[in-house]
Order: sequence, then C-alpha cells, then structure tokens
Amino acid sequence: MPTPSRYWREIPQRYRMEAGKCKACGAVAFPPRVVCPACGAREFVPAKLADGGTLLTYTIIRVPPQPFEDQAPYAVGIAELDDGVKLTAQVVDCDFADLKVGLRVRLEFRKLSEDGEAGVIYYGYKFVPE
Amino acid sequence: MRDVAIIGVGMTKWGELWEKSLRTIFTETALLAIEDAGVDKIDSMVVGCMSSGLFVGQEHLSSLLADELGRTPVPAARVESACSSGGLALRQGFIEVASGMSDIVLVGGVEKMTDVTGCEATYALGTAADQEYEGYHGLTFPGLYAMMAVAHMHRYGTTREQLAMVAVKNHDNGSRNPLAQFPFKITVDGVLNSVLVADPLRILDCSPITDGAAAVVLCPADMARKMKKPVVRIVGCGQATDTMALASRKDLTWLESTHIAAGKALAMAGRKLDEIDLFEVHDCFTIAEIMVTEALGLVERGRGGKAVEEGLTARDGRFPVNPSGGLKAKGHPVGATGVAQAVEVVKQLRGEAGERQIKGARRGLTQNMGGTGGSSVVHIFEAE
Repeated sequence: MPTPSRYWREIPQRYRMEAGKCKACGAVAFPPRVVCPACGAREFVPAKLADGGTLLTYTIIRVPPQPFEDQAPYAVGIAELDDGVKLTAQVVDCDFADLKVGLRVRLEFRKLSEDGEAGVIYYGYKFVPE
Repeated sequence: MRDVAIIGVGMTKWGELWEKSLRTIFTETALLAIEDAGVDKIDSMVVGCMSSGLFVGQEHLSSLLADELGRTPVPAARVESACSSGGLALRQGFIEVASGMSDIVLVGGVEKMTDVTGCEATYALGTAADQEYEGYHGLTFPGLYAMMAVAHMHRYGTTREQLAMVAVKNHDNGSRNPLAQFPFKITVDGVLNSVLVADPLRILDCSPITDGAAAVVLCPADMARKMKKPVVRIVGCGQATDTMALASRKDLTWLESTHIAAGKALAMAGRKLDEIDLFEVHDCFTIAEIMVTEALGLVERGRGGKAVEEGLTARDGRFPVNPSGGLKAKGHPVGATGVAQAVEVVKQLRGEAGERQIKGARRGLTQNMGGTGGSSVVHIFEAE
C-alpha cells in the first residue's frame, strides 16, 4: 500500500473531491493536472466536483486484488458527473440487480480500505444511487 | 531507413512452469531463436517484460539476461509498456536495425507469473491501470474490460453468447498449437457456465496467468538474403497511446490507440486490410478481440460480436484472427505476448504452422495492447 506521504498528498482529491477548472477553456480536470487535457493551457482554479451523475457502465468484482480481498464481491462503475467529469468508483448501498447503465448516482465520502497492524484508514468517494 | 527482416524465431511450451525460473525460460527460448537464425553473434538485445519486479522481485533484466545467455558485454535494454511490452520491444529492435545502429538484434519477451499467488498476480497486473484513480477503488483488469463489455453490449446489443464465441474460436485454433498452454476445445455452454470473475466476464472469457517467453532475431533484409534464409520483412510498424484511465476515454467502446497504430502501420506498409492474410491480436478478454476487430477496421463499429458469430474471424473466414489460439488459449505471459504474436506470423508466412496453417499466407498483422488500450503496437509482416 502507499506510504503516508502519498496518501497525504492525495487528500484534497479523496476528501474534498477537489478538481481543477481550466482558466482558459473552463474544462474541469479530475484529478487536477499541470496541462489542461482539453486545450493545453496551464492555469487552473480549484473547483469541487459535481455531487450527482449518471452511471455509464459498471461491473461486480468477484476476484479482487490483494488489498480488497475481504470486500469482494463489490460493484464498481464509471459515472459522468453533471459537470462533465468522468470517474471510476465503487457503487454501494445498492443491490447488484439494480445496477444499470443510466442509473442516477451521487458522490459520497466513504471509507475505502485500511492497512493492517495499526496502519492508516483510506477514505475517498463512492457512488450511491440517488 | 533500412529494410528489416526476421531471420529466426523461438518459442517453448507455455504454461505453469513451476520447475523453471524467469532466466531459464528466457534463455532457452532465446537460444532457439538464435539457432533458427543460424547466427553466431548478436549486436544488441531488447527484452520486453511488464513486471519482473512484482512477479519475481527482480529488476535489471537487461544485464541479467545478457549474462545468462553468455553474451556480455552486448548492449541490452528492457522495455515496458504493460501488456504491450513485447510489441514495444519488437518496435525498438526494428528501429535499431532500420536506423543502422545495429545489424543483428535479438528481441525477446518474458514473464514469469506463477511465483506469486493469484491475488498478488491480479494486483501486479492491476498496476497497468491508473493506480491512484482506478486501482485505489478496487478495480482489476477483468473489471475494467467487464465495464467495456457492459458498455458495448448496452450500445450495440453485443450478446453474452458472442463473447463466448471468441473464446470457443480461439480454443479451437489453440487445440492445433502444441505450444499453447490450453491446447483443447471448449464450448459456448462451458464458457457460460464457468465461474464469474467480473460480471459479465467469466473465467473462460479471460486469458490465463502464464509463464513463458518468445524471441526473434532481426537483421537488415539485404543481409538476410545473402544468408539464404526465408525472408520475412517487417514492412509496417505503428504505435499510439491513449488516456491511462478508462473513465477518461471519449468512448468506452472504442480502442483509439489501436485504430491509430494500425493506420500508421498500414500506411508504412502501403497495404490495405484485405491484402493481409492473418491477424494475431490482443484477446486478453473476449470483449477485447471484438473491440480490436472494430478498431483495426475489419468490421464496422459495433459489428465485432456479429463478426465472430458469422465466422468472419474464423481460421477459414475472410479475416482469420488469432490462428495461434490467441492469448486465450496460447496463454498470456504479459511481456512475452507481443513477441509471440510475431513468432506465429513468421511461422505462418514460412508455411511452418502445421495443422493451423493459413494456406498461402503472404502477409500478417500483429496488434499488442497495454492496459485498457492506453498503448497499442501494430506490426505488419510480409514474406518475400
């Protein structure tokens, strides 16, 4: 798992869902970048991600990677938020049978995983059906 | 640029090779290619390997493998581009010979994947995705391709059975390849009843965890003709990248990097798709082959499922795809796959492919892909 410094560095994105809005073209980049993927400009202002979005696709992970061994099966999906940002996260508080393309979801702050032996708890965002 | 030929190929039986280490697997395979080429010296080596660090705890393969092969102080490089590391190694070797920097170059690919547990291997492969924004949320490679499958099925009506038909076709081809990890046939029902990995993908939609290596020897085409070897030239080479995260793609059902790399390779070769007799493509998952056939332009967007159902991509179809058995049946030692695709095409163009021979094959194409299509390498080969 990442060292605490890596985890600390990512807190603005994980905790506050902070994106970068390009000063030149207005495109929202998440995670924030040095170069705007839409227009190539290099100046951004911080912006919070939109709360709501629509599921574009999804799956149910039955065979997890090592750090998620105790969580499987779990649903994950890609949603397009109302500000145009597309991102990947787990879909929770939802029966697997209710997953569908087009499902309205909102972004919520949740626990994602944790290190063993008094390590840190990892937080971040997940999708929850509206 | 000089014309470049492949004058030697080598591949050993793939599978779960518990009795063999990475260095042994690579060296045995490299020796076969050097012997096939009939050369007594090599000027340089390039090796594709995705993650020897996570799979066997060993980096610095360039030196290790030159040493094991008894070829120090020959210059050696290890290249990495996830599951397209082998294809990229071939491209680097091609560039080295074409540029005149080296004459005889050994290009190898290797991965030793069974020294770790299945969960650890899943994690290692997952590092080819965006670790901070995909892996952090528990995504796996089957999971990412499953999401591409859900999007493709939703948009184009691709069916669960069509996905299964890709695996059935490739196992049918693989049953004729004695070096394949799984040289046996399977059925659509067998795929549909196999265990779920990431819905809707089941275990028989997925390429396996494999130990294996492949190698080729390159030299200038003029030199190959003087050596009186059967000359197979690399006439086209294209590579392209795309966004790292699947979520950032404009279209989740389209492999832009493959589309662009194929366009570049075809332009360099001055050929059209219908002049190519066989295609070895990156079927890491059944949905991947369907999307690759669309991105290459063998079929229109959204028609990849129908194409396999109608037999277009069968061994005796208009566009034979994966006569070797593909990653699905032959196995997928990630760093070796791109080189093994070239080995298969050379065997086909020399008429040495045995029971799976495509009759009269003169030209072949390989497509090797990293991650969810974040990188693609395409090569076109032509027999003289």
